[in-house]
Amino acid sequence: MAAKTLYDKLWEAHVVRDNPDGTALLYIDRHLVHEVTSAQAFEGLKLAGRKPWRVGANVATADHNVPTTDRRAGIADPVARLQVETLDQNCRDFGIVEFGMSDPLQGIVHVIGPELGATLPGTTVVCGDSHTSTHGAFAALAFGIGTSEVEHVLATQCLIAKKVKNMRVRVDGPIPPGVTAKDIVLAIIGRIGTAGGTGYAIEFAGSAIEALSLEGRMTVCNMSIEAGARSGMIAVDEKTIEYFRGRRSAPKGDLWDEAATAWRELRSDPDAKFDKEVALNAREIKPQVTWGTSPEMVAPIDAVVPDPEKESDPTKRIGMRNALQYMALAPGTPIRDIALDKIFIGSCTNSRIEDLRAAAAVVKGKRVAKTIKLALVVPGSGTVKRQAEQEGLDRIFMEAGFEWREPGCSMCLGMNADHLQPGERCASTSNRNFEGRQGAGGRTHLVSPAMAAAAAIAGRFVDIRELR
Amino acid sequence: MQKFEKLTGLVVPIDRPNIDTDAIIPKQYLKSIKRTGFGPNLFDTWRYLDPGEPGMDHGKRRPNPDFILNQPRYRGAQILLARDNFGCGSSREHAPWALLDYGIRAIIAPSYADIFYNNSFKNGLLPVVLPRDAVDRLFRETTAAPGYRLTVDLPAQTVTTPDGTVFAFDIDAFRKHCVLHGLDDIGLTLEHVNEIRAYEARRKREAPWLFT
Repeated sequence: MAAKTLYDKLWEAHVVRDNPDGTALLYIDRHLVHEVTSAQAFEGLKLAGRKPWRVGANVATADHNVPTTDRRAGIADPVARLQVETLDQNCRDFGIVEFGMSDPLQGIVHVIGPELGATLPGTTVVCGDSHTSTHGAFAALAFGIGTSEVEHVLATQCLIAKKVKNMRVRVDGPIPPGVTAKDIVLAIIGRIGTAGGTGYAIEFAGSAIEALSLEGRMTVCNMSIEAGARSGMIAVDEKTIEYFRGRRSAPKGDLWDEAATAWRELRSDPDAKFDKEVALNAREIKPQVTWGTSPEMVAPIDAVVPDPEKESDPTKRIGMRNALQYMALAPGTPIRDIALDKIFIGSCTNSRIEDLRAAAAVVKGKRVAKTIKLALVVPGSGTVKRQAEQEGLDRIFMEAGFEWREPGCSMCLGMNADHLQPGERCASTSNRNFEGRQGAGGRTHLVSPAMAAAAAIAGRFVDIRELR
Repeated sequence: MQKFEKLTGLVVPIDRPNIDTDAIIPKQYLKSIKRTGFGPNLFDTWRYLDPGEPGMDHGKRRPNPDFILNQPRYRGAQILLARDNFGCGSSREHAPWALLDYGIRAIIAPSYADIFYNNSFKNGLLPVVLPRDAVDRLFRETTAAPGYRLTVDLPAQTVTTPDGTVFAFDIDAFRKHCVLHGLDDIGLTLEHVNEIRAYEARRKREAPWLFT
């Protein structure tokens, strides 16, 4: 039998039927639902007189559109309120488990999925959100879908899909101090480009990936989509299995042993062939900062803003010129000379407890620079928030001048009240630096939590390796 | 879903790579719970000089005269010409909804982001892939000739220029079939109910912890 990749195995285990046209009907184990991409799908379901195929496969939460300030007053924006209430109503109508805005377990869908044990190794996980790739950190086949497919999964528990190609990104070697999962994935995107993974499922492997915690692995898989790959994944090891022990929806007792045995098989065969292989040396990776309007426009902290006129590809050159104009940056500017207006620590990329610990370690006993207008910490979930408060991280942040908020997507995409004003520059632990992403005219620099924290204290980017 | 068969339409070129879904339809409009009404906010931040919010009368906002969609010669465009990796970013299906609501029925580009590509077919918006040199040529011709129209023929899988040059394109058989006939693929999947049930029964035996 031919050697198989992890992706091959996950795919084959979920094929309901192979269609003669080359597509397959793929079974979906877990469907995560949030307010922004589901209303039209539920409406379609109702109009067609259909019901969810398997109610228990769905988990819902409100995250994109919820306020991160005091929630007792509800949502002030009537359009946003209607959307969140529509999710509540749809979940009630169809009996879907929902962690609504005031539920203590509410949070960003990609944070609570694994946290609750709804995401499990070996599953197919979909959600109407491109960062669903996050769940691949647990050797799951996880990918983002649009609203039509949300409706399709609700109605049939399946998707019509076509198998993509296999890519392996190996990162080997010891991870230098000050370098995090975020820096690793930004370096990968810098190497392969924002469309480098289009048409592929990426498996991240190598000793540096193995050395990451599951939270770090989630950060890496989360940003697969920023390299164009709908799904990214990492093989199971004992850390993966231990992550789930005792989680709310994880198997218990005999089922736990049975599941753990099955999960240990979730890795590529040693001689499996990949259509494309990329290798990075972890030793060479430095803390990363994006300087442009695409995640591939990234440089190490000790570099300068690149010069578009030195780019040989004319389309790329124009893209770089546009980006620098939008970002109001001159070629040759040292990255560490870039001054910030706002700081955002949060998002499905970097809002878990280890992210907050890393940021708090930098902030402890210091003050946010006077030039910073707002420094926000938005935990990924109610669970993360309570954990952080037990550890006193909230006090560290607040004493330094950060605001400590309620969980949600917040200023990653600025759908709620948290956004940048035109021209404002933000060091952000989120995943996208597109024009206007954090607010019309806002300028985003993507960094790790420790780098964002250090930038808050200094008012500009600093090399956190020098703080140690 | 709208059917797509054959269309001859005015072409509007947007000459930049990696046009993301945040640019196609900004976040503030995603609060809507409808599938329609997104057309006035297609490329909202590029298209208007003043900031936009849901519920505004967008006809009263100040259009950006430099943005190509606002130029009179491109009014009524039905075909969008674009560069690599069109539609990258989020999975929001509001992006194809906004393009369709504006009047765009087909896109021609060298490559697309996967989720956007997929979402487009589900709505009868046809994303045509042509080689880079062909797209380069179409950009030159569109820019040089006001009123430039292309014919996109899905059954024949061709794009034809005004001078009769024909470019062939590839498309998955299943997607072509669905878009040509405007098919509801949920209905098609539900023809395989027995197979889904059989799979599910097997899955329940093999991974019972997923069904507790």
